[in-house]
Amino acid sequence: MRSKTIKKIDLYQYMVYIIFIVVLIFFAVWLGPSFFSRSNLLNITRQTAMVSVMAVAMTFIIASGQIDLSIGAVVALSALISAWLLEKTDSIALALFCALLVGTLVGMINGLLVTYLKIPAFLATLGMMSIIRGSAMWMTATKAITIRNTTFNNVFGMGTIAGVPIVLLWTLIALLIGHVALRYLPYGKKVLAIGGNQTSAFYSGINITRIKIMVFAVMGFASAFAGIIYSARMQTARYTYGEGDEMNVIAAVVLGGTSMAGGSGNIIGAVVGSLLLGVINNGLIIGGLDTSQQQIVRGIIILLAVALSTFNTKERT
Amino acid sequence: MADYVLELEGIRKAFGGVPVLQDVDFRLERGSIHALVGGNGAGKSTLMKILTGVYVKDAGVCRVNGRETVIRNYNDAKKQGISLIFQELSLIPTLSVSENIFLNKEIKKGRFLDIKAMNEKARKLLLSLGIDIDVEEKIQNLSVGCCQLIEIAKALSSNTSVLVMDEPTASLSDKETEILFQIIDGLKKKGISIIYISHRMNEIFRIADCISVLCGGKMAASKPVSEYTLESLIECMLGGKKNEQAMVWKERETPVGEKVMLQVENLSVGKSVKEVSFQVKAGEVVGLAGLMGSGRTEVMECIFGIRKKTGGRIFLDGREVNFKNVRQAVNGRVALVPEDRRREGLVLMHSLRENMIVTDFNGVKSSGLIRTDKMNAVSEKAVQDLKIKADSVTTRLFHLSGGNQQKVVIAKWLNTRPKLLMLDEPTAGVDIHAKSEIIEIIRQFIREGNSVIFVSSELSEMMAVCDRVVVLHDGVKTGELTHREIDTEEVLQRAIQNN
Repeated sequence: MRSKTIKKIDLYQYMVYIIFIVVLIFFAVWLGPSFFSRSNLLNITRQTAMVSVMAVAMTFIIASGQIDLSIGAVVALSALISAWLLEKTDSIALALFCALLVGTLVGMINGLLVTYLKIPAFLATLGMMSIIRGSAMWMTATKAITIRNTTFNNVFGMGTIAGVPIVLLWTLIALLIGHVALRYLPYGKKVLAIGGNQTSAFYSGINITRIKIMVFAVMGFASAFAGIIYSARMQTARYTYGEGDEMNVIAAVVLGGTSMAGGSGNIIGAVVGSLLLGVINNGLIIGGLDTSQQQIVRGIIILLAVALSTFNTKERT
Repeated sequence: MADYVLELEGIRKAFGGVPVLQDVDFRLERGSIHALVGGNGAGKSTLMKILTGVYVKDAGVCRVNGRETVIRNYNDAKKQGISLIFQELSLIPTLSVSENIFLNKEIKKGRFLDIKAMNEKARKLLLSLGIDIDVEEKIQNLSVGCCQLIEIAKALSSNTSVLVMDEPTASLSDKETEILFQIIDGLKKKGISIIYISHRMNEIFRIADCISVLCGGKMAASKPVSEYTLESLIECMLGGKKNEQAMVWKERETPVGEKVMLQVENLSVGKSVKEVSFQVKAGEVVGLAGLMGSGRTEVMECIFGIRKKTGGRIFLDGREVNFKNVRQAVNGRVALVPEDRRREGLVLMHSLRENMIVTDFNGVKSSGLIRTDKMNAVSEKAVQDLKIKADSVTTRLFHLSGGNQQKVVIAKWLNTRPKLLMLDEPTAGVDIHAKSEIIEIIRQFIREGNSVIFVSSELSEMMAVCDRVVVLHDGVKTGELTHREIDTEEVLQRAIQNN
């Protein structure tokens, strides 16, 4: 209240873009055309599509002051459900419908656990993560299912339109919906208000329970869609899909300038954060680092990036 | 010559150039109970915070046991034997009674905690105060009154010679208050000196030996309790306030309407409100007066749909209403400016315009989307109408002063076009200029034929703006005064004290 120091909020908002460009230039200089080529850059957008789609929904989760750890497991379950239904019925519509429905239901259950049973989101979704991953393993007795429906594989994974990977298009659609919803729909403002000060949101007449359930349901839907992209890209579904993705998604969102404390959100930043993680992964592989070195360097870069992008955010609220 | 355990002389303190304490002298006799009274903003809290090292004084001398002492922080104060019992309880709810009492001064056996010894000592300490509870019980399972007593035990567990109690009975029941007074009496006999801050005159006259009155940052009086009467004490408290020009009654420009806007019949809310009835007419300001915990907030929150009523009926504009949530109340054109603007009123980390629109998204939408230009227009209008001082509508609210923050809360509710506006302590922590502006906003609002329920601990404000005042005491309506009947603040003060 009393301090009148000017806060450098704007710089922090754009930090992820600056870091992204710096990292891009770094790899381009280091690795030359083997990294900085059209085909490799498009390849990165393919590899990051799933995390990007989930990061859009996760931004709402974190902006409302919640967390969702079950998303990686939902990816696997949704991939297996769609692959299994395609194998049995060869109906794309049925596969999509059921996979997305199950994902949304899982999200709704998360929301109900958090609102009605008042279980902290971290624990509620940790429990769900285990239940869903277990269900995915059980469903096929840990066996993989191959997808032979080429239309499905093309539309949701492998295909290109005018040379642009189709999954990049899906990413952009998710980004657009998320950005508009957060900035220009009452829904987005309500989510931010709940994350910023739940008591005040309550006194302002916002239905907190409904919004929270909604946020989790959308997260479930987005994770299920990410699972569909996974299975279509790989033309196979496995119960291991999405393992550890929850952490990458959360990292992407925070890198993008969304505070873990809630009340703020940046959709474009989250997608750029996801691309940044993809660029780091890709660059380190091309640079010839072995897996152990990749992990270490990636960890260091993430820590540096988050430190930089949250440096000026020690604000009293 | 009297034996003073504590002497403060010529204490001065200013915040940002505004003097809060001006040459205040305060002497505490050993083993006495010394009451400190004064209106809101009189400087009581500031003086106590200087005494306990929270603030550093600008000038003046502090002597403990006759020796000049500098108290830089709370630990310094503790070393001098001065303990403060916080208004907001400082106990940690998830820890046990004995863990709380020995927090940061744990008894150890070697490197390990000696839990047995701590429990034993805590039990003895509590018994010596006449409290018999399980010391291993978690604080969260105990009543507020019980916690207050444990706070005292905690303060006494270290070497305490001066105990500062800030409104200790505010949240206590009558029975708990009685126990507290017995304990205070016992402490006095042990030679512990007590500074007792309270708004409740009855209590002060009952237990205090001396009364000091702060008024506008100056010590208006300090003498034995026998030299005061209730009238002289109240008069003394009001001393310097009479020249507050803004806070005087202004004759209404439009008469109070005939139509009854709000009718409350035998309203009960749990244990906090018991069968309260009153009405508010169109174009009228009705004050709800009472001490903290008298049920003022509960009555308003019940009308607003936040609390469930347990009995009675509410009529709005002739129709019975029973709002189940805030949304319904807003649609019924009722608004509440809540008591705590930082916690309940605003999202401080968000911009002014984002805070403005949360109560009414329909006004800023077109074809489903929020329009930034409309959002700005609504906010800029509010900034102009209510004279909010902010760099722009995108300024984040934690940059604004308390008064301007409060205006944003009022603005966001006026934006819902209410017919009934309820304001719970809208002037708390707001400077005098902003206060008079807020009063003026209320006058403007009723001129348009709307109704207001107004709550304030500052009686001069109530007198300045209320056509009628309903007095509550322990959840029961004890009186109703028209503006004409309240010719001095004393009348209202007496009514509130239920004397």
